[in-house]
Amino acid sequence: MKKYLLKRVFYMALTLFLVATITFFLMKLMPGTPYSNQEKMSPEQIAIMNQQYGLDKPIWMQYLLYIGGMLHGDMGTSFQFSNQPVSYLISSRIGASAQLGIQAMIFGVFFGIIFGSIAAINRNTWVDTGVTILSIIGKSVPNFVLAVLLQYYIALKLGWFPIADWGGFAYTVLPTIALGVGPLAETSRFMRTGMVDVLNSDYIELAKAKGLSKFQIVYHHALRNSLIPLVTLIGPYTVALMTGSMVIENIFSIPGIGEQFVKSILTNDYPTIMGVTMLFSAGLVAVILLTDIIYGIIDPRIRLAGNEG
Amino acid sequence: MAERILDVKNLKINFHTYAGDVKAIRDVSFHLNKGETLAIVGESGSGKSVTTKSIMGLLASNAKVVGGSIMFQGQDLLKKSEKEMQKIRGKDIAMIFQDPMTSLDPTMKIGRQIAEPLMVHKNMDKKKAMAQALEILKLVGITNAEKRFNNYPHQFSGGQRQRIVIAIALVCYPEILIADEPTTALDVTIQAQILNLMKELQEKIETSIIFITHDLGVVAGMADRVAVMYAGQIVEYGTVDEIFYNPKHPYTWGLLNSMPTLSSTKLEAIPGTPPDLLDPPKGDPFAARNPYAMQIDAQKQPPFFKVSDTHYAATWLLHPDAPQIEPPAEIMRRAEIWREIQEQEEVAKNRRAEAMKHADAE
Amino acid sequence: MEEKMKLRPEDFQALEVKEELDAEKIAAPSLTFTQDAWRRLKKNKGAVISLFIILFMIVVAFGSTPFVNRDTLVRSQPQYANLPAKIPGVNINGFNGKAKVGDVWVDKYAQAGVSKDKYFVMGTDYLGRSLAQRIVYGTKISLIVALVATFFDLTIGVTYGIVSGWKGGRTDNVMQRIIEVISSIPSLVIVVLMLVVFKPGIGSIILAIAISSWTTMARMIRAETLQLKSQEYVLAARTLGQSPTKIAWKHLVPNLSSIIIIQTMYTIPTAIFFEAFLSFIGIGISAPETSLGVLLNEGQKNFQFLPYQMWYPAIVLCVLMISFNLLGDGLRDAFDPKTRR
Repeated sequence: MKKYLLKRVFYMALTLFLVATITFFLMKLMPGTPYSNQEKMSPEQIAIMNQQYGLDKPIWMQYLLYIGGMLHGDMGTSFQFSNQPVSYLISSRIGASAQLGIQAMIFGVFFGIIFGSIAAINRNTWVDTGVTILSIIGKSVPNFVLAVLLQYYIALKLGWFPIADWGGFAYTVLPTIALGVGPLAETSRFMRTGMVDVLNSDYIELAKAKGLSKFQIVYHHALRNSLIPLVTLIGPYTVALMTGSMVIENIFSIPGIGEQFVKSILTNDYPTIMGVTMLFSAGLVAVILLTDIIYGIIDPRIRLAGNEG
Repeated sequence: MAERILDVKNLKINFHTYAGDVKAIRDVSFHLNKGETLAIVGESGSGKSVTTKSIMGLLASNAKVVGGSIMFQGQDLLKKSEKEMQKIRGKDIAMIFQDPMTSLDPTMKIGRQIAEPLMVHKNMDKKKAMAQALEILKLVGITNAEKRFNNYPHQFSGGQRQRIVIAIALVCYPEILIADEPTTALDVTIQAQILNLMKELQEKIETSIIFITHDLGVVAGMADRVAVMYAGQIVEYGTVDEIFYNPKHPYTWGLLNSMPTLSSTKLEAIPGTPPDLLDPPKGDPFAARNPYAMQIDAQKQPPFFKVSDTHYAATWLLHPDAPQIEPPAEIMRRAEIWREIQEQEEVAKNRRAEAMKHADAE
Repeated sequence: MEEKMKLRPEDFQALEVKEELDAEKIAAPSLTFTQDAWRRLKKNKGAVISLFIILFMIVVAFGSTPFVNRDTLVRSQPQYANLPAKIPGVNINGFNGKAKVGDVWVDKYAQAGVSKDKYFVMGTDYLGRSLAQRIVYGTKISLIVALVATFFDLTIGVTYGIVSGWKGGRTDNVMQRIIEVISSIPSLVIVVLMLVVFKPGIGSIILAIAISSWTTMARMIRAETLQLKSQEYVLAARTLGQSPTKIAWKHLVPNLSSIIIIQTMYTIPTAIFFEAFLSFIGIGISAPETSLGVLLNEGQKNFQFLPYQMWYPAIVLCVLMISFNLLGDGLRDAFDPKTRR
């Protein structure tokens, strides 16, 4: 198990190194200089700026400096936001994004499990049909469309929640729903299929033959067995939430990473783009590793295989 | 006369499908005596499993009981509610399934799985239930039971898993144990072990067994009585000797003929396939595959003809007006053995009578 | 018992055997796998309707090219700006050229002095361009993106998966590591990087989606190929000395077809979503080109006052996504024997 973990961590590091390298050279490929008011600057000014950001050094030197800085958490300095270090930009904004992401994940997975289970237990009834239709819609309606609709109808027209900005919990409700509906729909579909399979399995038949009540069967046997494969969805959800955060944070004016990322892209702020890219990649790689470990813990069959291997 | 613990009468079950109603069970009656083992034999699709599932109240949602009764302890199981059936399942009537590899919950320790029925039916607390579960685990012959009690199913072999499934079924000391092809998925050597275990436990626990199988070979050593099913009906039933050595129904002949024996040189398959139960034939359902079929078979279903007090068969061949036909060689050979058995029994009976006479005289 | 008495001697005549009995006879009519799948798909009403909606959208989007193209897109007519929908012969408020101002319905067409026989079935945008035309064009862009993503899925994804699974050993190991690295980077990040480096536009979007979309397909194909490789008929073909390419075409691809079809149906909505998403946040397709994402972005700005400018493209996008998802589900149920009941 230890050996396996070490191997995985090594591949993680390798992946991140590759991402850093690729990002760096892609950024270098970009045409033009990154200064927004370039036309107004004299060649001397540009030279000074280049020196300030280390852009006058040869590319391999810049690369080594960049990787070196990365290793102790220095991601360079933002071009756009009054010379703030990228690491500061990120750390000051990660809280909001993380809170939103975790809330959306919990919201989506929790209700997804409930809806999916209810649909599976009442298979081929109107309840099942209803849940299926809702989850198809939830999966198909882009979250940014939903966000705009929620913002307009729930916040502006009904006034139940703040329209935008970041404050207490009330501010998080609509963005959480907008972000979480996708995972909710996916979880509910996944859960339904898994639970239907489990409910048709021989061990559920045996549980019935034992004289267990419907509730006991679902609670003690079916739920746990259909929850296990759900763990594999955490990775894709993380990606979906990162993607979603870019647009949802923008719509609701939430000072998070996603909103920052879009701003940086629109203003060619390379260091910040690279920093956020690294952050997203590191986050995803960590989540994938974590998923595998959790899977090993909750599924007894894998636990053994892991011990042997 | 032995005490009847279960009495199934005129059971009729349909399955609703898109194509129409499949008449899976068409007027089936049989009974189970206390302490005996009844084997129900038939090929796949003959309705064996459906019959037992209806006893357990575990029919699929598209199945509908159209008629009949299943009397157990003076009550009709078919009239019981789901709640009432829950109290009977696992406590009075338990079941063993075909595939031990998939019958156990992969994410629950086996100790807990065995203890579950005790906690549900006998209101035991967890500790007491676990202790009793451990006892039964030892009883079914799992070595090192204390240690393996907390293992997960995947850590056991197929044979061991079937022992665990048996432990789960027997933990409440049920009146009736239904075994649905319990050895089909196992290796031949393991099969014998499991069969022996079941026989051994039957005595210890004093339960009656309904043994479902398509394998006549397994039946011989296991059952007291045999019922042969074909196309949703019982076509012949009798004691194990009667079915094996004095079969009367051509379908039973076919089954015996297709079973390898020490003397057989060639196995005879039964030609054709069972009839479509969406639209069962008007006459004898076996007629189309029966080389001895007669005109009447195509028109009228044969009633049960009595062969002996315990032996009945539904075939027109037993009608007094029916022509004498010559059964297959294998059946003739068996009839020979049957005659010997009869003679021996006769001798034994005479001897007993003799002894009685002597006893009376003295 | 009484019945028994009525039996006649003829009844006990032997029954003639009518037909040859065949133990191997299969009662149900035999269907090929594809026929069987097609039959099941036809039973799925949602999937069939979706298929027709998609076909309709394809015909309209591509058939309209002579009338709706880049030239018509840039033609702004400020005199028609922000007109609501007006459909000939329809007199329902909201679709007859009237829009709600405050609490009264006002005829915007009359207000703007537009001639009576001018109709915009979905209204116009802020530059007076027909929204219907722009939506048709945007749908075409979405469909093109979907088509191209599918193309890369089928070429790169399937080939990569087959090669990786078939070769096995070290090749497989290296190829899997590469996929692992690619899929450890959120595809969004890849797409964004591509868009930052290249000029935003339909070309870069397609390239970006192409690079990030094929990995799932490659993984699934590899797993299935590994299984198929050990099947007897493939083994037989190999022992008989068939060339790997021939085996791939004759034995692997047909057997992989259901997975390929199902996976493609999941790639398409993802690609459509991605394009709309990127254009919506302003790093995808930009003026003078347009797409559903661009239209949503423009509509969103005026949503409070001119909600139709967002509603119409939103509805079209959602219908497109729902149709592909429903058709995908239908195909999965039709092709996956596990779900057969």
